[in-house]
Amino acid sequence: MKALELLTKPIFRNNPIALQILGICSALAVTSNLRVTLVMCVALTVVAGLSNFFVSIVRNHAPDNIRIIIQMTIIASLVIVVDETLKAVAYDISKQLSVFVGLIITNCIILGRTEAFALKNPPWPSFLDGIGNGLGYSVLLIGLATIRELFGSGTLLGYNIMPLAADGGWYVPNGMLLLPPSAFFLIGLFIWALRTWDKAQVEAPDFKIKSNTKPSGADYVPLTR
Amino acid sequence: MSEKNTIRKMVTVTLLVCLACSVVVSSAAVLLRPAQIANQQLDIRRNLLAAAGLTEPGRSVEEIFAERVTVRVVDLETGLFTDAVDPLTYNQQRASRDAAMSRRLSADEDKAGLSRRERYSVVYLVQDGDELETIVLPVRGFGLWSTMHGFLALDAQGQEVKGLGFYEHGETPGLGGEIDNPNWRAQWQGKQVFDDQGNVAIRVMKGRADPTSPQYQHQVDGLAGATLTARGVENMMQFWLGENGYQAFLTQLRQGDIQI
Repeated sequence: MKALELLTKPIFRNNPIALQILGICSALAVTSNLRVTLVMCVALTVVAGLSNFFVSIVRNHAPDNIRIIIQMTIIASLVIVVDETLKAVAYDISKQLSVFVGLIITNCIILGRTEAFALKNPPWPSFLDGIGNGLGYSVLLIGLATIRELFGSGTLLGYNIMPLAADGGWYVPNGMLLLPPSAFFLIGLFIWALRTWDKAQVEAPDFKIKSNTKPSGADYVPLTR
Repeated sequence: MSEKNTIRKMVTVTLLVCLACSVVVSSAAVLLRPAQIANQQLDIRRNLLAAAGLTEPGRSVEEIFAERVTVRVVDLETGLFTDAVDPLTYNQQRASRDAAMSRRLSADEDKAGLSRRERYSVVYLVQDGDELETIVLPVRGFGLWSTMHGFLALDAQGQEVKGLGFYEHGETPGLGGEIDNPNWRAQWQGKQVFDDQGNVAIRVMKGRADPTSPQYQHQVDGLAGATLTARGVENMMQFWLGENGYQAFLTQLRQGDIQI
């Protein structure tokens, strides 16, 4: 695959959240405020790129039966480095992100990509694949955070866009958007839109429900027992 | 079995990966430590100013702190100011673990789950000219999972709450973590911490505080789904405003026995 394709395909065609349905947890938790989301996206993209890169370097030496542990060690170390860096340069935001930076370790996107891609490909394409998937994650999160912050609190990046009714403006914020379930609905709508645009993403159904049949004599067991 | 799956290879690779990772992690931790400590201290001061209601947009924390806040050390046994330790270098958390600087609390005394209490405590005095405006007291106590560290700001009489804020805790986000919620914290403002007899009367209720109750001036709403954290906050108040906390200091201050 070409380098550009590695980088751009995960953004819409093979989005880690919308198609692979990975990393939903943090997509719900850190998207009520765009500024925090941006930092989270940068952190995850850096970790995804670098962990893919390093795993790919050791891929020919890592024994098969301990490969997951080796991947986890590398991922965990990178996440700790990112977490420490955030604490040193962006203390406020790192406090708001609290456990979620640490939880990048368990973000399925990272281990998913090292296991599925980096173990079989050379370092440079692996790095691009990691960055690409990080960008795919970022696009979705930034979209979510923009909608949630704008309509949930009338601000973007903390700047007032729509003056709130409570402060003498005209906008009555939709408080539900600040709650995690709203992110679920928005992700659902996003997946719907994406699959309408790109039919190839629609999976074949696992099973078909039979058309309704009339209950016939012997098989019929009344439900009111 | 391919070459990379031998036992020897497994041990070597494990050792090398672990070694490389630990070097990276530990050097990051060591190199970034000074910046992190500076950030932490700034954050503590920011919380202190927020509890005392002193934050002003457009002015730095350091600037306001230097202009308005005096740091003093109080001997909790006598309630008097002391020069036994230097307030700027004194590490209160470390002192509370040091046998020479602290004493063990008996089970009856230890309402806040601290096990030891240091003898000297830093207090922050906010002055408007020569007039004492606000007293900010560092408080801490055990909640559900963690020790919560915060500041309680009282008026010059040591009677009315001006603000409460926590700068460090490990309570459940969304439940006990709501002690950071500005709406909940705002409720503390104007509450009276002592009753007419001088006993600690402030309570964190289970459920809502009843505005029609005569005790309302001492009561704060509880936190839904975080009864133990809320109780921890109440116990913290009981302890730090009580006889093992700042009571001696506040009494002397009220009676005018000590001068700022």
